[in-house]
Amino acid sequence: MLKLVVCIKQVPQVSELPWDPDTGRLQRELASGIMNPACRFALEAALKIKDKIGARITAITMGPLSAEEVLREAIALGADRGILLTDRKMAGSDTYTTSFTISKAIQKNIPEFDLILCGASTSDSATAQVGPQLAEELDIPGIAYVNEMEIAGSKARVRRMADDFFETIELELPGLVTINASGAVPRYTSMRGFQAAFAESDIITLDSVSLGLSHEWIGAKGSAAKIRRVYSPTAGKENVVLTGTTKRILDQLFMLFDDRIGGMIGKDLKTDKS
Amino acid sequence: MAEKKHGIWVFGDYRNYFQNRVTIQLISRARELARQIDAEVSVVVLGSGIDEFVKEYIAHGAERIYLTDNPRLAEYSMETYSFLMERLARREKPEIILIGATSFGREFAPHVAKRLGTGLTADCIGLDIDESGLLLQRAPSFGGKLLAEVTIPERRPQMATVHPGIFQELPHDSTRTADIVNVPMPENMPPDRIRIISKERRPLKQEKNLECAKIVVCGGRGMGSKKKFAKLYELAAMLGGEVGATRPVVSLDWADREALVGQAGKQIRPDILFSFGISGAMQHTASINNARFIIAVNKNPNAPIMKMADVAIVADASQICNSLISELKRRIRG
Repeated sequence: MLKLVVCIKQVPQVSELPWDPDTGRLQRELASGIMNPACRFALEAALKIKDKIGARITAITMGPLSAEEVLREAIALGADRGILLTDRKMAGSDTYTTSFTISKAIQKNIPEFDLILCGASTSDSATAQVGPQLAEELDIPGIAYVNEMEIAGSKARVRRMADDFFETIELELPGLVTINASGAVPRYTSMRGFQAAFAESDIITLDSVSLGLSHEWIGAKGSAAKIRRVYSPTAGKENVVLTGTTKRILDQLFMLFDDRIGGMIGKDLKTDKS
Repeated sequence: MAEKKHGIWVFGDYRNYFQNRVTIQLISRARELARQIDAEVSVVVLGSGIDEFVKEYIAHGAERIYLTDNPRLAEYSMETYSFLMERLARREKPEIILIGATSFGREFAPHVAKRLGTGLTADCIGLDIDESGLLLQRAPSFGGKLLAEVTIPERRPQMATVHPGIFQELPHDSTRTADIVNVPMPENMPPDRIRIISKERRPLKQEKNLECAKIVVCGGRGMGSKKKFAKLYELAAMLGGEVGATRPVVSLDWADREALVGQAGKQIRPDILFSFGISGAMQHTASINNARFIIAVNKNPNAPIMKMADVAIVADASQICNSLISELKRRIRG
């Protein structure tokens, strides 16, 4: 049977983002987590393959202990099992070490995989780099930003849009695709699925020791890119609030900003100032 | 020319006009950075029959061109291009590689960075040289809500993809000259495991305009009805701008899906954004964070969009839209 791996990330769902001012890193443990939207589409793409021709789906995630929630959710939706990579020493990973760590877990636990599906990008750091780098680590062909796909024998045929082009592409399996958050709308969790996910879910937890990874290679320590600081670019924005009758609002708007608006729209606006 | 100590490379991404433009913008920024670290700016151009781009890059400031011109490179290919780029970078050891954040660039750069065992920062909106000579990269996270400053202190090259439209290109000057280094393609290329079956250029239409429009009028469900929403097109036409819409509005069929601004739709970065009746769910705000000036109209003063706006107008969106149209009619001269 076809062996699929879906990489899922738990992302914070917060309007106020807690980050550590000393390390410049997000304090993920303080934010409530959801399954990253594009990962949900990647899971759906895998479930569609399972529905059509049958497959065994392993969902894999790396994150704090709480990331197990997204694996349970994936199992509730139809994945067969989950792998949680969690270790304090994995914290602060850039895409280089993230893809390295995940590749080691896949090589160890699902060495005979046929296809890896990732979300094209995440709603937090949005690098879109882990998928392509995971393909490099495993030395398999990778295609990003896929909208539709089907399996045909030992190949996957995908449709995507890249720059100005609609492309139909065939890649040899084993391979990797990253799935856009568009296309087939992800399914909801059934009650039965939920019960199964909590009653008898097949989730294993792995850390750096069980993966045999030196601390020098993973997490913040192994990362090539170092975050120096994180800051809010909008802090200190003026934010002028206008209220009152429509007339008053428009008078104020043009009194304060006519030059600015005129400049931006490239029109010379009559003013009432003179 | 005296030998410079370092190399800054720009990937020559020429497949369409926008890709070509971001390449030229990066050449310009690379020249500024190069002055601070005694570096030479090179553009790597891979393709078939690409003389016109080589000339253009030189006229826009490239000091050296690494050129592989081969019929087998007629189509952009992730595996072949990554292989060639890795091979050349291992030989020449550039200090920095900059790649435009086009679809191709965003996919190509991580392959190359991984092959070279180095770091890569995604979709930067700022590049500088810090006090110790490192490339200081500014990249948005959480849809631009936060900016991260990133460096790659130890590994080389330092790599970044860079958002289009951030840097000004140098003026075209056909008297500029550059060294052209021809890099032959090796005889034994690894087999390509990816095959492009078909490729059609997307018809150029409205949607392309939205992504690069300088003026955008965006509407949400707060406009009230399809009829009232339609007024936004009138306003946009007066301003010379484009209309965008939120997901609920597209679901209600008040606007085409092409107009969707949000996570599953378009990213916009206008100079001025008029936002009407949009509360500002994160899926939407993540896509408008690069707007330079936002005027938002919403009945609810506490809606998230009102916090991120430069001007927050607490009022009925449709009413303000109508009044703005008449006010502009009165004020626009000629």
